[in-house]
Order: sequence, then C-alpha cells, then structure tokens
Amino acid sequence: MFISRFNVSLACLATPLEHRHSAMTSKPLFRVLQPAPGTDAEAETAIQIWFNDQPLSVPGGRSVAAALLAAGVQRFRATPVSGAPRAPYCMMGACFECLVEIDGMPSRQSCMVTVQDGMRIHSQEGARDLPPLSDLNPSQASRENAHGR
Amino acid sequence: MRGHSVDSPDVLVVGGGLVGTAVAYGLAREGAKVTVLDQGDGGFRASRGNFGLVWVQGKGYGLSPYARWSRSSARLWPGLAAALLEETGIDVSLKQPGGFHLCFSDDEMAEREKRLSTLQAELGGEYPYQLLDARELRERLPAVGPEVIGASYTPMDGHVNPLKLLRALHDAMQRRGVKLVNGEEIGRIVPETNGFAVHGRNAVWRAPKVVLSAGLGNRALGAQVGLHAPVAPNRGQVLVSERVAPFLHYPTINVRQTDEGSVQFGDSMEEAGYNDFTTTDVLSTIARRGVRSFPLLKNVRLVRTWAALRVYSPDSFPIYEQSLQYPGSFVVTCHSGVTLAAAHAMRIAPWITGGPIPDELAAFRGGRFLAADHSASHVH
Repeated sequence: MFISRFNVSLACLATPLEHRHSAMTSKPLFRVLQPAPGTDAEAETAIQIWFNDQPLSVPGGRSVAAALLAAGVQRFRATPVSGAPRAPYCMMGACFECLVEIDGMPSRQSCMVTVQDGMRIHSQEGARDLPPLSDLNPSQASRENAHGR
Repeated sequence: MRGHSVDSPDVLVVGGGLVGTAVAYGLAREGAKVTVLDQGDGGFRASRGNFGLVWVQGKGYGLSPYARWSRSSARLWPGLAAALLEETGIDVSLKQPGGFHLCFSDDEMAEREKRLSTLQAELGGEYPYQLLDARELRERLPAVGPEVIGASYTPMDGHVNPLKLLRALHDAMQRRGVKLVNGEEIGRIVPETNGFAVHGRNAVWRAPKVVLSAGLGNRALGAQVGLHAPVAPNRGQVLVSERVAPFLHYPTINVRQTDEGSVQFGDSMEEAGYNDFTTTDVLSTIARRGVRSFPLLKNVRLVRTWAALRVYSPDSFPIYEQSLQYPGSFVVTCHSGVTLAAAHAMRIAPWITGGPIPDELAAFRGGRFLAADHSASHVH
C-alpha cells in the first residue's frame, strides 16, 4: 500500500462527526478538537495562506486539508465527471476526495501535505491537465513525498 | 421429479461474471427462464480486474475462426451497448474509434505486419488495418514518445467501462426476469433423466439445461458432465492513475484513457498459479512501457494497482461446447469476457436455447486439447 502512516497533525485531529453513509457530500464531516494537554503551542500558531486568491488565516502544524477545514472551507474541488462539489472524506490518503492545487501543482492530496505559511491553494476544478514535461518543477513534485508519505 | 415445479428455470447458469451474465441476459432475451448461481465475494472474479478493451486487432493468429468470432462480437457491440442503455439507463461508455498497437523496434513492426497480413488473407480481405510510421502516427496520436517508431492501427478496436458493463448486465438480466443467487458455491453437478442437479452449498438447483461459465471453476465442473475445459490462471497486472484531462482519444494495447479520465496501464501475462497479488517488478515494467509510449505520463499519479487472473486455455482461445455425453450441458469460457460479451449475449445464447450452432464454434471444442495432448505425446 502507498499509505504508510497518518498525517502528522494529531494534536488537533479532525474527527468524523457522523456516520459516513453519505460519501457524496461537501458538508464537513469533521470538527476541530481542543489541543491535547502538553501540545507544542507553536504548532498551533496561525499562519497565513491563500485559498482561491483570498487570504486565509489557518492554524499551522497540520495538513492542508485539516487547516482548510478548520478555516471553514467546505468545497475543495469539483469532480471531473459531474462537476459535483467534494470535501475531505478519509483524511489519510486513500480516497482522493480532498484534491486541491497547491503552489501551482494540481490534484494534490491535501490531507497528505503539511500546510506552510504563504501557500497558494486553489480548489481543484475537474480533471487536471497533464503538463508538458518541460513545465514541471522538481522541487514541487517532491513536496508530497517529503511531507506526506 | 423432486425440485421440478412451475418455478423451475429452463437454464441454470453457473457463474455471474461477465460471461455468465452476458449469456443469461441473452437467454432471457430469447424468452428463457434463467437462474444465475454466483459465487461469494471470495471468488477470483476476473470480471472485476480486466482492462476494458473491445479488441480485435491481432487476435486469432493461428486460429482464424477466433478472429472472425472477435470481429463478429465487436460488430454486435453497439447493439448491446444501446440495449443496455435503454433497458437499464447505464451507459457502458462504448467507444470504437479503432485502436493502436505501438511498436518500439523494427522487429515489432515486422511482427505486426506478419500477423495482420496473415489474418487479412485468412479472412478474405475483410480485415482493415494500417501500419503507420513515426510521422504518420504522431499525426494521429500527438502524445506518443520519441522511442515509438510506429504502430499498427485497425478501425475494428474499441473500449468500454468494464465495471459499468458488469453492473449493466446484472441489472438488465434481472429486469428481464433472470433470478440471481449470490454466495452460492457449486460442488457437484449430477446428470438426471430430464436435466441436471446442481449441488450448491446452500441448495440443490435443477434445470433441463446448465451452462458452465464459472471461469477457473469450469475445469472441475466440466469434468462432471463430460466437458473438457482445461483452463488455468494467467495473471495480469494493471495500474490506474488519477483522472486527468482527455489527452488520448483511442485505446492502445497497453495504455488507455477511460471515459472518466483515469489512465489504465496493463498487458502483463504471467503464470503464477492462483496468486492474484501484484509484484513491483511487473508493475514497474508496465509503467515504464506506458511512459515510453506517452512521456507526458511521467508525472501522473497512480491511485491503484491490482492483479487479476485470466481464465486461460492451453492455446488461449475460448472453449464453447455442448456435452456429447450429457446434452443440455454447455461450457462457455474465455479470457476476453468484455470483447466477446456481445457474441455471448446474441450468438451463444440463441444456440443454447436450441438454435443452430454458430459456424465459428467448431474450432472451439474442448476436445481439441485431448487431440493435442495425444499428438504431443508422439512428438516427444
């Protein structure tokens, strides 16, 4: 399997709110928990990111998906087939529902990438285009592996 | 007779995969009363692991009736897809724009030419194909890589969404009154005076006719009713990518873009017994060939890999036969349940209900392997 471990932001782990019979939704399935006692406060410090060109203050020290959910984002992407709205479902790299564009790289699994100050994130609108090989930036391509897997 | 009542089916179909459900759907269209006995979720289920091609090009080299049979099914496919859409509302996404077999060496090109020209001659010219050099190919498929030196193309090929197909066949046959029994494991088949008693783990099922379309299970089941079906597993591994914007508008033998945008990579063949696990070396070989074919796939993300077991006969061709010893029992088995689904529904089913046997089928009797074994023993 390609999922080796859970995301790192366990102190503020987002948890399922309801039994997940209705996978096809963009209503939030998660809520933010209070930090566990003894949690490194610095990890909770708010950072500034951009979502669909709007500045957004989010708690740091967690995945992009957890940060966006904590900031109230409900619509992460539109599906390639029907255009229906989607939001994170599994939060552990399996379901591919949380895809967003991060710093120009399309279709990132936002639950597998640690949020960073200044990130520019866009909702993933339908299928990504395959870029010509010359357009790929290797440092961006490796980010997901470095942080998520 | 015990078990025979007004509710008894005319035909029992053993196996609810693509082969069994296509036959059952066709039988129901012919007006037969049918019960399909399907295995539980532990089954190997090649129908859930296949690549989804409706493919003609190159098939039947060495046994041209198979080329005619595949071609016939491909021609019947638009009718099947339209009927399934009308009856179930499920669009199986059939597209038959023709298909490409990409080549990376002169030897490969020469092999394609030999194979396709031989088939064209054996089919009396009724076999359109083109051999394309690198320049001609790039005009048709701009995304091909520099290592691809050419390709064969035939307008006969296509592809379909195989999971939607399985679902549509299940839905369509049941709408036409076919009874589907899930989770039934068949052990024994006993010929009786007026038909067959099929012993499942849960019940004994009776009908005047029985069709064996149980994939790898056909070998043991066939032997009980005088049918020789020496099928064995042949493993194929498949990779599927994230969904990407359409870039490939034709199926190729090893890479295709599905109706919903994902890219499927496949074409491996291994003898690995009943092991249906993936292996890294084979997956990486498939991925490498895919990237050599279409370099823009270098950075596409893969979301799943899997393996499935083809139902493979010793010469790779199907086995279709009615038992001489116990008439009324049939075996229908092949490794191309997608391509041949239309032939199974529209040509095999009418034969089973009592119509004339399709011409091509004389070549597909299971007894050919007994003869082959015999002659082989002389050679050695």
